[in-house]
Amino acid sequence: MTTTQPTPIVPAFANVDTDRKLAIICSKGNLDMAYPGLVLANAALGEGVETHLFFTFWGFDMINKKTMADLKFTMLGNTATHMPQALGGLPGMTAMATHQMKKSIEAIGVPEVPEFLQQIVDSGGHLWACRMSADMQHLEEDDLYDAVEAIISAADFIEITAGAQLLFI
Amino acid sequence: MPTTTIDGHTIEVDDEGFLLDPHEWTESLATCLAAQIGIDLTDEHWKAIRFLRDDFAEQGETATLRRVSVVGGIPTKSLFQLFPQKPAKKLAYVAGLPKPHGCV
Repeated sequence: MTTTQPTPIVPAFANVDTDRKLAIICSKGNLDMAYPGLVLANAALGEGVETHLFFTFWGFDMINKKTMADLKFTMLGNTATHMPQALGGLPGMTAMATHQMKKSIEAIGVPEVPEFLQQIVDSGGHLWACRMSADMQHLEEDDLYDAVEAIISAADFIEITAGAQLLFI
Repeated sequence: MPTTTIDGHTIEVDDEGFLLDPHEWTESLATCLAAQIGIDLTDEHWKAIRFLRDDFAEQGETATLRRVSVVGGIPTKSLFQLFPQKPAKKLAYVAGLPKPHGCV
C-alpha cells in the first residue's frame, strides 16, 4: 500500500547520539586477532562514535613499527581451522597460513594493519599505548607507530574513556 | 513502500528515507536531499557523489568509505569533513543509493 506523508521522510542523521564513546582494548598480536578491533573501530567511527584504542601486551605488536606489518596467523591451538593440529606444527605452516589469510583479507578490499590504523586515525580515532607494556618491552614513543598519541597508564586510559562502552579483544 | 515529497520531488523511499529506485535520482534532487540533512553541496561534495553514482552503476552496490577513498581518490579525512559523523550513510543518501553493505 502506498502512503503519502505530509512531512518528508528523512533518515535520522541529525539524531546522532554524540555522547556515545567506544573503548577497544587490543591485547593480541596475532594477525587474526588484530582485525576485529580494527574493523569495529572503523565501523564505530563511521557512525559518529568517539573511538579510543588501547594497545597492551601482545597487542603492542600492532603498533610496534618493527612488527606491525608482519603479524602472523597460526593454525596451532586454533581448532577453528578444522585441520589436524599436528599440521600446524610443520615447518612453514604459519608462513603459509599467514599468506593465505592476508590474501583473503586483501581480496575483500580490507587494508593491512598499518594502513588500517591510518584509516582509523584519518576517521578521527585515537590510538594509545600501554605504559606497562612499553616498559616491559623497553620501547619508547619513537619505536611506535607515529599516529599513537601517547604511552599512557591504565588509569589514564580509564579516565580518558569515562562513560565509554568497552571491548576487550 | 512510502512515498515522500521533498521540495516538490515526489520519491519512493524505504522506511528510513533512502531512495528506493536510483533512477529516480537527479542532481537537483541531490541538492534537496542534502539540504534535508543540513549539507550545502560544494564541488568537493559533488566529486564524491559522482564517484558513488558511477561506481554503483558499474559495481551494482554502494561503495564503502574505504572504496571512495582508495578508488575514488577522496581522502578519508575529507569525507568526514564533507559528510560529518556518518559519512558513508549521508553520502549514500544524497546520492540516492542504498546504504553500503560492506564492513570496511
